[in-house]
Amino acid sequence: MGVVVFWVLAAGAVAGGIAVFAVDSMARATFALLLSFLCVGAELLLIGLPYLGLLVVLMMIMEMLIMAVFMVMYMMNPAGLMPMTMVHNRRGSAAVSAAVFAALAAGALLTPWPERRGVPAHDTTFALGEAVMGPKMAVMMLVGVAILATMITSVVLATGRGRYDRHGDRLDARRPADPGRGAP
Amino acid sequence: MTLQAFLLTASALFATGLYGALSQQSIVMVMMGLELMVNAIVLAGAAFWYHVTPGTADGQVLVLVAITVMALEMATGFAVVTALFRAQEVDMTEGAGELKE
Repeated sequence: MGVVVFWVLAAGAVAGGIAVFAVDSMARATFALLLSFLCVGAELLLIGLPYLGLLVVLMMIMEMLIMAVFMVMYMMNPAGLMPMTMVHNRRGSAAVSAAVFAALAAGALLTPWPERRGVPAHDTTFALGEAVMGPKMAVMMLVGVAILATMITSVVLATGRGRYDRHGDRLDARRPADPGRGAP
Repeated sequence: MTLQAFLLTASALFATGLYGALSQQSIVMVMMGLELMVNAIVLAGAAFWYHVTPGTADGQVLVLVAITVMALEMATGFAVVTALFRAQEVDMTEGAGELKE
C-alpha cells in the first residue's frame, strides 16, 4: 500500500514539475508547481516526518498564492490568453538537463549506499527540535541570521524611495523631497 | 519505497527544474525552476534520513535548511523583480542586462 502511494505521489510531483514549463498560462504553471510541492510534502508525511511535511505543505500554499499575485502585478500575459513562448535555447537546456538527470540517476542506482543504521525516534518532531536546540544550535542560529538578512535585503531592494532619496546624499535636507511635500 | 526510488524521483525533479531555470525568459519562471531544484533536495535529504541514518536527526536538520533556502530564495527573488520592474519596467531576463538605472 505504502509503495503504491509513494509511486502515485512521485508521479504527481514529477508531472507537476514538467507541467510548470509545459502549460501556456503562468497562473496554471503556479498551481502545477504547487501540486509538485504538495506531493513532495505528502512523501515526507509518508516516511514519518509530520512536522517537515506539513511545513512544506503550508509554506508552499502561501508562497504560491503570493507568486500568483506577483504575476498579475508584473508579468505580461499572466493568464496565457495570447499564446506566446518565452523561452530561449530550449534545445540546449533540454540536453543539459537530460545529461544531468542521466548522471544523477546513474549515481543513485550504481552507488553502493550504506546500510540503514538505527530506527527513527518515536517522535521525530521532538528529535528535530532537540537537535536544533542542542548539538545543531549553530544551524538554527545561522538560519535565523539568514532570515533576518533576507528581510532587510528584500525591504531595501523593494523600496522605491529610501532616506537618501528623501533627505539628500548627506541626509541634511530639512524638508524631505517627497512628491506630496511631506512633513519634515 | 527504496532509497533508489526516492533518489530517482528527486533526480527527475532536479533535472526538470534545471531545464526551466536555463530555458525560461520570464524571471518568475526562472525562480520556479530554482524552487523545483530545491524541492528535489528536500526530497533527497528526507530519503537519506529515512534510509541511511534514521537514528539521528541530522537529515531532518538538512531538510529544514533546504526549506529555509526555498523561502529565502523566493523572498529575495520577488524583491529583485520589484527593483528591476521599478527601475526599467522589465520582467524578462534579457531586459535585465544592465545594473544601472
